[in-house]
Amino acid sequence: MRFIFKTRYEQDLQIFRHRVSAGWYAALLVLLLAAPFVIPDYYRSQFVFIFIYGVCGFGLMLLSGFTGQISMGHAAFLAVGAYTETILQAKGIPFVVSAPVAIVLSSITGVIIGLPALRLTGIYLAIATLAFGSIVEEILARWESLTGGNSGLTVPGVKLVMNKLDGEIEFYYLCLACVIGAGFVVFNLLRSPTGRAFIAIRDSEVSAQSMGVNLSAYKTLSFALSAGLTGLAGTLYAHQIKFISPEQFTLAVSIEFLMMIVIGGMGSLHGAIFGSIFVISLPEFIGGIKDYLPQAVAEQTGLKSTIFGVIMILFVLFEPLGLYGRWIKIRTYFSMFPLYKKGMFQRQKAYQKSERMR
Amino acid sequence: MEILQLTIAGVAIGCIYALIALGFVLIYKATEVVNFAQGDVMMLGAFVAFTFASLWKLPFFVAVLLAIVVLAIVGAIFDRFLLRPIIGQPTFAAVMITLALGMVIRGVATMIPGWGTDTYALKAPYSDGVLRAGGVSVSTDHIAIIVLTTLVCLLLWAFFKRTRVGIAMQAASQNQLAANYMGIPVRRINTLIWAISSGVAAFAAVLLAPITFVHSNMGFIGLKAFPAAVVGGFGSIPGAIVGGLIIGLVESYSGFYLPEGFKDVAAYIVVLLVLMIRPSGIFAEMRRKKV
Repeated sequence: MRFIFKTRYEQDLQIFRHRVSAGWYAALLVLLLAAPFVIPDYYRSQFVFIFIYGVCGFGLMLLSGFTGQISMGHAAFLAVGAYTETILQAKGIPFVVSAPVAIVLSSITGVIIGLPALRLTGIYLAIATLAFGSIVEEILARWESLTGGNSGLTVPGVKLVMNKLDGEIEFYYLCLACVIGAGFVVFNLLRSPTGRAFIAIRDSEVSAQSMGVNLSAYKTLSFALSAGLTGLAGTLYAHQIKFISPEQFTLAVSIEFLMMIVIGGMGSLHGAIFGSIFVISLPEFIGGIKDYLPQAVAEQTGLKSTIFGVIMILFVLFEPLGLYGRWIKIRTYFSMFPLYKKGMFQRQKAYQKSERMR
Repeated sequence: MEILQLTIAGVAIGCIYALIALGFVLIYKATEVVNFAQGDVMMLGAFVAFTFASLWKLPFFVAVLLAIVVLAIVGAIFDRFLLRPIIGQPTFAAVMITLALGMVIRGVATMIPGWGTDTYALKAPYSDGVLRAGGVSVSTDHIAIIVLTTLVCLLLWAFFKRTRVGIAMQAASQNQLAANYMGIPVRRINTLIWAISSGVAAFAAVLLAPITFVHSNMGFIGLKAFPAAVVGGFGSIPGAIVGGLIIGLVESYSGFYLPEGFKDVAAYIVVLLVLMIRPSGIFAEMRRKKV
C-alpha cells in the first residue's frame, strides 16, 4: 500500500500522482509507439478506431460525465467534423488548417444546441439534443450540392501539411497524437477552475449557482468544448473509413457513444478509453463466439445489439461505475490486501431526489 | 377538400403518437423513469398480436386482448427485475437501462423463429374499407384509430378518477415518499403502471399495424412519440394526447404542403420550437426546486 504524504499545495495539481504511475504511462506510450511495427495491419486499424472513439469519448465524458448534461445528438457533431474535413481536404486544404476549422465549426454547432439547453434539464435536454441530431442527419441527406446526399462522399487521403501521408502508419501516429492531445486538454481543464465549475454544476446546479458559478456560460462552454472534441474525432473518423454518408451519423451512433462512456465508467477519463476499447473489441468478441451459437441466433443482425444491450443492463445494475470502477475495486483489493471490505464502495441511494422540481 | 382529408389522416396518426406518448407519461409520472424502450415494447406487442392472429389463427379480437395481457405481464416483469433494483439511483441509470432494454427487445425479436427481420401484414376486420361522404374519402382504419383511441383515453381517465387504485397512483405520482407513508404500496403501484403502459403500447401497436405493417423496426415510431410527450409537457396526460395530435397534424400537413424531407423532421422542429418558448412543454406545471 502506498501512502502519499502531501507537503506542498502543488502536489494536489500534479498530473501524475507519483513516479510509479508516471512510469506506467510512459511504458504504455512506448508500447503504443512501437505497436504499428509489431502488430498486424488489421489490429492496427482497430487501434486507430479505439483512438478515434477515445477522442469522442473524452468529448462526451466532459459533457455528460463531468457537467452532467445528457446528449443524445453527439453523432451530429461527429458528422459536422467529418463533412467539414472531407470537403476542405477535397479542396486541397491541409489537415493542420482543416482540422481546426472543423473543430471550430462543430463547436459553433455545439453552442447552437447549447443555447436552448440552458433552460432545459434532464429529459427535456435529451429530447432537444435527439431532435437536433435527427435534423442534422436530415440536412446532410438533403443538402446534396454540399454533402452529396445519401450517395455520400469519398474521403481523400490525409494531407497533413504539404504532402499526403502515404502510409497507414503515419495516420496511426496522427490519431495517437490526437487522442493524447485531447486527453491532456480535458485532464488539464478539469484541474482548472473551469473544470471544477463543471463538476459543481453536475453535482448540484442550485449550489453551483449560489457559489457564483455562471450556469449558462459554463454549460455553453461545456457544450462547445465537447462538440469541438467530437468534431476532431469526426475528422479522423472520415479519413479512417474513407467514405461518409448520412447513415453513419444516426441516433444509433449517438446512443452507442452514450453506452460507451457508461460502460467505461461515468465521470472518469480512463472510462472514456476503457469504453472505446470495449466498443471496438465487442464485435471481435462476438465474431469469436458466433461459431458456438445455434445458427438461428448467430446469423441474425440483431445479435450485436442484443449482447451490447444485455451487457449495458448488467453494468447499470451491478457496476454503475463501469469498467473503470471495476478496475479501481480490483486495484484497491490488491493494494489493501487482506483489509479490503465489501462496504468500501457501497452505493448511496437517494429517495428524496426528484427531477421534477428544479 | 384535401385539407379535411389531411386533417383526418393527421389526427389518426396523431392518436397513435398520443397512445405511445401516454405510455411514456404514465411511467414518467409514476416513477420518474423515461422509458426509451416504449417504442420497442409496442413493436413487441405488434409481433405478439401477429403471432396470435396470423400464426395461431385465433379470432382477431381475442388475439388483441391476449396480446394486451401478455404485454402487460412483460411490462410488469421489466419493472420488477430491471427498474426496481435501481430505485434511488440517478436518472441517468434508468435512461441507460431503458435504452439498452430497447436494443435487446429489437435484437431478440429478430431471432425469434417466425418473426425475423421480414415485414408482415396484420389486418383487422375493419381494415381496407373506404368511407365516402361529400367528396371526402376516409380509410376505415383511420376512423377506427380515432374512435378506439378516444375510448381508451376515456377508460384511462375513468380509471384514474374513479377507482381506488387510480387515485393511489395519482398520489404516488405527486409525492412518492408521502404516498408511501400513507400506506400506498408504491413499488407495487409502479409495477402496475408499467403493466398498464405496456398494455396501452400493445393496443397502439394493433391500431398501427394495418397501416404500417409489422416489422422489427416499427418501434422507431416511438422516437416521434417522444416529441409528442415533450410538446405536451412530460408529466401531463392530457398534454400527451394534445402533443400527439399536434405532431400528427403538423406531420400530415408538412408532408403535403412543404418540400420533401420536412415530414420526417417536422416533429423535431416542432419540439425544438416549443422547448425554446416553454422549456418544459405546453401543459407543464411550473415549479422551482426548493433547497
